[in-house]
Amino acid sequence: MKRFSEEHEWISVEGDVGTVGITDYAQSQLGDIVYVEVPEAGRKLAKGGEAAVVESVKAASDVYSPVTGEVVEGNAALADNPALVNSDPMGEGWFFKVRIAEKGEMDGLMDEAGYAEFVKGLA
Amino acid sequence: MSEPNADQTLLKTPLHALHVELGAKMVPFAGYDMPVQYPGGILAEHQHTRTAAGLFDVSHMGQCWIEGPEAADIVERLTPGDIKALEPGRQRYTQFTTASGGIYDDLMVTNAGSRLVLVVNAACKQDDFARLQEAMTGNTAMRILEGQGLLALQGPQAVAALERVVPGVSALKFMTGDRFSWQGADLYITRSGYTGEDGCEISVPAEKTEALARALLAQPEVKPVGLGARDSLRLEAGLCLYGHDIDTTTSPIEAGLLWSIPKHRRNVGGFPGDTVIVRQIASGPPRRRVGILPEGRAPAREGSEIVDASGAKIGVVTSGGFSPSLGRPIAMGYVDRAHAEIGAKIGLVVRGKPLPAEIVKMPFVKKSYHKD
Repeated sequence: MKRFSEEHEWISVEGDVGTVGITDYAQSQLGDIVYVEVPEAGRKLAKGGEAAVVESVKAASDVYSPVTGEVVEGNAALADNPALVNSDPMGEGWFFKVRIAEKGEMDGLMDEAGYAEFVKGLA
Repeated sequence: MSEPNADQTLLKTPLHALHVELGAKMVPFAGYDMPVQYPGGILAEHQHTRTAAGLFDVSHMGQCWIEGPEAADIVERLTPGDIKALEPGRQRYTQFTTASGGIYDDLMVTNAGSRLVLVVNAACKQDDFARLQEAMTGNTAMRILEGQGLLALQGPQAVAALERVVPGVSALKFMTGDRFSWQGADLYITRSGYTGEDGCEISVPAEKTEALARALLAQPEVKPVGLGARDSLRLEAGLCLYGHDIDTTTSPIEAGLLWSIPKHRRNVGGFPGDTVIVRQIASGPPRRRVGILPEGRAPAREGSEIVDASGAKIGVVTSGGFSPSLGRPIAMGYVDRAHAEIGAKIGLVVRGKPLPAEIVKMPFVKKSYHKD
């Protein structure tokens, strides 16, 4: 199950752990990504709170957590190869895995069709 | 993910429709709707300029002529530059200085024979033109080239490509200019730019700007390049961006621009802020603009504090980003004189943490100008 936030994060849930990244739309808006800072395991995240940093050539942007929970793992591969976020944003370019504290928070996120509609409205 | 918001009533350059046609991402810049990048992206555009030729639309910049017997005297009254001694066809970089020794704007001045040609920054041009207008005397007058196009073609293959379109241009040396004709239009071309590469800037009437840009883009070496790569290219070249690395609070001496002030003007003065600037030349400025190389991969952006080993603030980053050529972050900023030594270890505060960095010589990437 993949869900999307209005801040252009995606979360894919297996059991009670969600994998979080930024959407293809987000990476295309940012352009070439040159630096990513992911949260360390054990860090507590709040829904909508700052969780990671992504930097393009031009500027730094915050990545927010779509859910409340505790970080299980940050994607270490992004330190050496931040361009993975451009080439495979919904796959190998994931940012962090989070143990979801309140599964009910997932209900407030958009499904794929809903997010596609949301992005269309931004043009 | 956070993202900036934008949109007011924006001005358009003569190339606006072409930028949109080429798929550029447009952003507001100095009141204009400008291309920050094309579909290829900033990194590719940057590398293309370093290896072939990039075409930049810089028509948002201000262009004016100063014509009359006192043209050079007037510009010297407003800048510490070497203008009266400027020979026909030669170009100089200088600054409009403030009464307290700061910088209102930086500019290029070319002696085009019958007139001086000035190119100033887009964000400052209204104030610059007003200041110039007020300084006019006798039979000397300013003419603003409203809407005139300005193209920059930059890179090791730029002049070869331009030569095919405008024959004769390859005879120009670095920091010289001349008049050329293209399809019945008058061009003024200087061999200069803002990337550290060889190349030219081409002043072209508005109605011919798009046709000339298309003729240049039809050359196999040439690709369009947006403001994003323009910024990373000039940062690698160690060049100042007005409003960031220099402004009314920084003197040309602090900024490391003493080379643009000729000896006789250092002695005699006669420009706004001369007392402060001459004193700083003699006894050293309180702080200096330096190049900074962060050790890790995290870029330190404009506004990041610079600290010493004990964590005390010694300066601030004024430009910082990622260097595509070096594959790592670079920055420039101002550091208190006592700490501004090449090789000094410093810290850059990024998201609350001091990251290790070193003060280094600029440019970060060797310049490749076509000098004699």
